Amino acid sequence: MVEKRVVTGNYAAAYGALLSRVDLIAAYPITPQTFVVEHASEFVNNGMLDAEFMRVESEHSAMSACVSATAAGARTFTATASQGLALMHEVLFIAGSAHLPIVMPVINRTVAGPIGIWAEHNDTMPQRDTGWLQCYIESNQEVLDMIIQAYKICEDKRVLLPMMVNLDAFILSHTVEPVEFPDIEDVDKFLPKYKPEHARLWPEDPMIIGSFSPPEYIQEIRYQTDESMNNSRKVIEEVNSDFAKAFRRDYYGMIEEYQTDDADAILITLGTVTSTARPIVDEYRDAGKKVGLVKLRFFRPYPTELIRKIAEKTKAIGVYDRAVSFGSGGPSWIDARSALYGYNIPVINFLAGLGGRDVMASDVRLMFDRTLEAAKEGKAKKDVVWIGTRGVEP
Amino acid sequence: MKDLPDEELFTAGHTACPGCGCPIMVRAAMKIFGPNTVCYFPANCLLVFGATYPQDAFKVPYLHVLFENSAVCASGIKRGLKKLGKGDVNVVAFAGDGGTADIGIQALSGAAERNEDIIYICYDNEAYMNTGIQRSGSTPHGAWTTTTPVGKKIAGKELYKKDVPRIMIAHDVPYVATASIGHPADMLRKLEKARDLKGFRYLQIFAPCPTGWRFDTAKTVQLAKMAVDCGLWTLYEAEDGKVTINKKPKMTPVKDYVKLQGRFRHMTDEQIDSLQEWANKKWERDSAMVIE
Repeated sequence: MVEKRVVTGNYAAAYGALLSRVDLIAAYPITPQTFVVEHASEFVNNGMLDAEFMRVESEHSAMSACVSATAAGARTFTATASQGLALMHEVLFIAGSAHLPIVMPVINRTVAGPIGIWAEHNDTMPQRDTGWLQCYIESNQEVLDMIIQAYKICEDKRVLLPMMVNLDAFILSHTVEPVEFPDIEDVDKFLPKYKPEHARLWPEDPMIIGSFSPPEYIQEIRYQTDESMNNSRKVIEEVNSDFAKAFRRDYYGMIEEYQTDDADAILITLGTVTSTARPIVDEYRDAGKKVGLVKLRFFRPYPTELIRKIAEKTKAIGVYDRAVSFGSGGPSWIDARSALYGYNIPVINFLAGLGGRDVMASDVRLMFDRTLEAAKEGKAKKDVVWIGTRGVEP
Repeated sequence: MKDLPDEELFTAGHTACPGCGCPIMVRAAMKIFGPNTVCYFPANCLLVFGATYPQDAFKVPYLHVLFENSAVCASGIKRGLKKLGKGDVNVVAFAGDGGTADIGIQALSGAAERNEDIIYICYDNEAYMNTGIQRSGSTPHGAWTTTTPVGKKIAGKELYKKDVPRIMIAHDVPYVATASIGHPADMLRKLEKARDLKGFRYLQIFAPCPTGWRFDTAKTVQLAKMAVDCGLWTLYEAEDGKVTINKKPKMTPVKDYVKLQGRFRHMTDEQIDSLQEWANKKWERDSAMVIE
């Protein structure tokens, strides 16, 4: 029986792990992720989920445990945020290079300094090159659905990489929304048991994982991770379609487009700001202003070809970022510009909501206005626009 | 010794330095643990000389992840295998003293506190040998290393050896033992006991390093014996916290042990006296752990 309940993003994440029948959870508490671990603990202690639970002494150990248990052949789950993710950084590379399909919700939170606990993407963005897929989430339903989809994508033989499922601190993690809970038997049909052949530590069939490797071999290993990441684009679309067929919810794969077909200006958002931007598209359309919206669902792999197609049907693109690469603009914008090399249209970066500051409707209007202006002028007044920053002209 | 199986699970052909104490321990340990074993190695000499791709001296599966997480990685393997119905597999971490006493102690303490069902072996050669002989928390007083050089102002390590086995006993784990490659019968018995117990088992095995200690490669076993005789390394075991001393040290002069090693060559009589004093105190402390 499909059940509809009103839950937080953190509950949806933990329940996603339950529905995916994970073998092992290893986690360490950090605000605003704690409820994920607490709910998962309840599921295990109440016998709702038959999993090993490692209540480890740090995030470094949480990721180490997931890497090792996945290497042993188990399906594993953890969750973290901010400093916790930074502490895991060293271990993340191992999962990417050893092809270990770990799934981890990250509750996007400000990275110190100064210390702050509110939504920002500068925890996950610097993990760009670790070999993890990264998906940015807009609603609690999408949280639950993407945990399930993530295992399906990651365990696909063409991919075999780990994934971060990223949700904005408090805006999703602590906010309740109605969420439809699929039947676990239906999830079982969609997501069969993990049966690793490439990585497992079984004495009956000895295998080495992580051998000390000279330069004669490592470059091929890098290439394979790169190939897997490239392959995952197709798999993401396939799994999205299969999921839509099975559960009647379509997230449109790598990106979701809204009113883009005849748009003069298109804004690329990621995370919850998308929900703020969507009604503004309607508002502008009603006023005769042709704007459109692209929700960037996957940052890794980057939807390079899809973004190029977007550029072909518009006159200017704005890219929203909740993180900054100091001196170089926002990470999402940097990738968009790289994808759009050779396309002669303005691509503007909008930085807003850093440190968890609210991104208001008026902020998003400014983004659309600037992009429309650039569409008209054929060039941007400013490449990187800081919005709502004291003492700084946007 | 006669009861050991002929099968080598850690085979010939590895590339350890001549006279290295580590392979003596690993070879024996693998005979005790047998083929139903999975190993974990952090970044250490054993990883490099035992298994540089595409060569490999191990006939059992093993994992390497990083340096400081041996205890939790071994635990993750064990928990994963348990969930897959393979809970009878021995999971063993072989870490050096730097990877144990220094950078690895957080994960080690966490795994011990959770009483993870693994065997953790610290092979103690008293410095970071794989990176080129830098001092660790386990380096003894007075020893030269590349980061405790013999200078005009300061000569050798000023501080004393960190007592990790006692820290592990304080965790109330089922089994903690110290052993030495110089006392193989005692070492094998302890490895066997560790294998047959459940829960967290910690062994620290003294394994001299001729490269780092600067001694004649024929003297590895002799030096290991001498360290026990002079009281710088005590052989004991703690079962559920109950400590038994396995060999009472003869308390031969520390000086006899020191003079065979280049790492101590520079030591003044005063420094040697300090080390002797530390050995005396160590024996007092260790013997005081035994409750009659």
